[in-house]
Amino acid sequence: MSLVDVSGLTVEFGALRAVDGLSFTLEKGAALALVGESGSGKSTVAGALLGLHRGTGARVGGTVRVAGTDVGAASEQELRRLRGAGAAMVFQDPLSSLDPYYAVGDQIAEVLRVHGRISRRAARARAVEVLDRVGIPDAARRARSRPHEFSGGMRQRALIAMSLACSPDLLIADEPTTALDVTVQAQILDLLHTLREETGMGLLLVTHDVGVAAESVDEVLVMRHGRQVEHGPVADVLGRPAHAYTRALLDAVPRLDARRDTSVAGDEVVLEATGLRRRFGRGRRAFDAVDDISLTVRRGETLGVVGESGSGKTTLGRMLVGLLEPTSGTVRHDGRTRTGTDPSVQMVFQDPVSSLNPRRSVGESVADPLRARGEKDERAVRERVTGLLERVGLEAAHYDRYPHEFSGGQRQRVGIARALAAEPRVIVCDEPVSALDVTTQAQVIDLLGELQRELGLALVFIAHDLAVVRQVSDRVLVMRRGRAVESGPADRIYEQPQDPYTRQLLAAVPALDPALAAERRAARREPAVA
Amino acid sequence: MSGFGGFLLRRTLGTVVTLLAISVLVYVVFYATPGNVAQISCGPRCSPAQVHQVAEQLRLGDPLYLRYWHFLEGIVAGQDLSTGTSVAHCSAPCLGVSYQDDQQVTGIILTKLPVSLSLVAGAMVLWLVIGVGTGVLSAWRRGRFTERVLTGLTLAGWATPVFVLGLVLMIVVCGQLQLLPFPQYVGFGEDPEQWAWNLLLPWLSFALVEAAPFARLTRAAMLETLAEDHIRTFRAYGVSERTIVVRHALRGALAPVIALNANNVGSAIGGAVLMESLFGLPGIGQELVHAVKVVDLPVVTGMVLVIGFFVVIANALADVLFAVADRRVVLA
Repeated sequence: MSLVDVSGLTVEFGALRAVDGLSFTLEKGAALALVGESGSGKSTVAGALLGLHRGTGARVGGTVRVAGTDVGAASEQELRRLRGAGAAMVFQDPLSSLDPYYAVGDQIAEVLRVHGRISRRAARARAVEVLDRVGIPDAARRARSRPHEFSGGMRQRALIAMSLACSPDLLIADEPTTALDVTVQAQILDLLHTLREETGMGLLLVTHDVGVAAESVDEVLVMRHGRQVEHGPVADVLGRPAHAYTRALLDAVPRLDARRDTSVAGDEVVLEATGLRRRFGRGRRAFDAVDDISLTVRRGETLGVVGESGSGKTTLGRMLVGLLEPTSGTVRHDGRTRTGTDPSVQMVFQDPVSSLNPRRSVGESVADPLRARGEKDERAVRERVTGLLERVGLEAAHYDRYPHEFSGGQRQRVGIARALAAEPRVIVCDEPVSALDVTTQAQVIDLLGELQRELGLALVFIAHDLAVVRQVSDRVLVMRRGRAVESGPADRIYEQPQDPYTRQLLAAVPALDPALAAERRAARREPAVA
Repeated sequence: MSGFGGFLLRRTLGTVVTLLAISVLVYVVFYATPGNVAQISCGPRCSPAQVHQVAEQLRLGDPLYLRYWHFLEGIVAGQDLSTGTSVAHCSAPCLGVSYQDDQQVTGIILTKLPVSLSLVAGAMVLWLVIGVGTGVLSAWRRGRFTERVLTGLTLAGWATPVFVLGLVLMIVVCGQLQLLPFPQYVGFGEDPEQWAWNLLLPWLSFALVEAAPFARLTRAAMLETLAEDHIRTFRAYGVSERTIVVRHALRGALAPVIALNANNVGSAIGGAVLMESLFGLPGIGQELVHAVKVVDLPVVTGMVLVIGFFVVIANALADVLFAVADRRVVLA
């Protein structure tokens, strides 16, 4: 009997059919990835395996059997027995997936005590054991720490430890590395691999990231609109995709070795920062979020800024725009030192949902910079805003619509239109595509490229995704803990990285080719053995 | 300083500063206002000689900051008060003398305080049990019949004036059914059983009305916590709904409840006038109303200070409780 047997699964939330007639099986010890963009229904499937849609008002059809339990027909008690002991789940956001009020070890012990007759003391000891197993250093002591005392990667390890506690047959991992930095992601994926080898448990991985799937599983099931698009061995699906959508999805994935196509970089320096430093906190808690960064941006050029979380990239971006005053150092453009904001340097923000006022129409949002410059003629404002909306690929009729009526990609287009309204020479884009699906990502990146060529815009492109940065940048600045680790032409940085940190970052990016991924995993493992 | 010890130290210092600020404010409001303070303090029936004597005791000839210093000194260290013929010692905390009653203010407050504290302490236990219990239950049973009934009762509790509920309860329970005595304050030290027996009805009426905001707050906070990711984690690990609600969701919902409770307790000690009047309990609230009516300035000043003291202490305790419940507070 298969470990997981799903047949004709349908999940409906009201009028929305999130999953539509999905069938697949997973054998003991095998690994399957559900890959799809947001809204494809992949997480809904993961929830259905544990019967998590019960009592939420969702209508579930078809049959789901997991580790011998018929999830649809099982009693509340049988379901609870399955959850954790038969199949355990690891969630996306390790920041919020543990209870902030209890020690990590106690939370794992609680799960153990739900599933077996085991003394409090024995449960605690077992918790320490699994924490040690997933590589938490000094596990006996750290088991008494609360989640906020752990880093993101450590919290994800703790969640994986919780999933191991009852030795389940199946591990369901729902975007387990999406909230993590690329080097930490590589560690977690390696850990999942090792654990699978040792315990022989099956893995169902839910991810939007084809690279993560290539690194981790034997089989891939591509989903779209709740239906299966393609299902097969990972090397076949990623190497010889049979379906047009799979091909489009793979084509949209930014690749580390894809050079920037055409550059329109000029010589005229439009933005220059010297010795930028920004300190936060006081006394012993003080730290420099940005520490002595100098850079120049030329007309028509894109400067990519990459770094992991906490590297100071956003702080740097805010200082370049003037939203944050540097503690020391200067920002100059057009030959003069600037304080505060200036219309000629604009910003596009990461989160297109929260960076637009939900109570104002998008046209009004785009008109704000025009009005701020003193434009009084309402007809001129409307005309200009309409032009801008059309320029970024939206329609004139969208002027009076509100942000919630738009998709993520469309909202980011509105954000770009707003940045363009002030006729800037430089746009600082802070993670402009990280909240978007890969196909949408590609469209927004294309738009930025077009605008750059047409208007001679200089872009500062801040991102954590090394492949995306490679695709758009003429020059790249690598940041770590507020400092510039390395900077130079993009091709040089990516092809001959000088600094060990840059090399480490590049080596951690998931490869799309499963064979290459296995090779690199072995390479990562070697130093640990030595 | 860092860690829990440092947090406690910072919070204690903050409390002391707040208390000092309150004492300055109260002193300035009552003793630096225009008009003859000695005459007002002494009362309308005082002879000019008596007024003169009061003026001397209040040191009205000194500059304001010296007078305040003297007032503060009395609270911290006690002071000697001359009444012309004799000298009486007023030990710390000395809040002065009521010239109208010829009694020390501290003494007056100390006879009333146990009544108020008894009333509030007992009522607090009940309103927490009833309010938080109702809130938890209606969050847990969301959308079901139980929740609708509980929400209705909460609204009714919110809308009922305390004197109406108290009066009705008193007529029914004490008058017609004769289950409980008509409340009459008996000191805890004298007879604990009678103390509780007599206060039961005031506690219950006070708590029923005060529980409504707690029920609503708890329900809202619980629903918010129940929607959080870590609750989903424990559901996905087979933890029973009851454990999730009690152990995880309630814990997360406690912070606002602690804050509201601190405010309520602090203000109820001096502000339960209606309750005290209705049930004939000689507490701080009644005394304050009386003192205001006859313009007994030293008593009013002392009472306001004491009430302020309890509000500040209740809030400081709440902050410490927060930190015990959630260690992340210490870092902030």
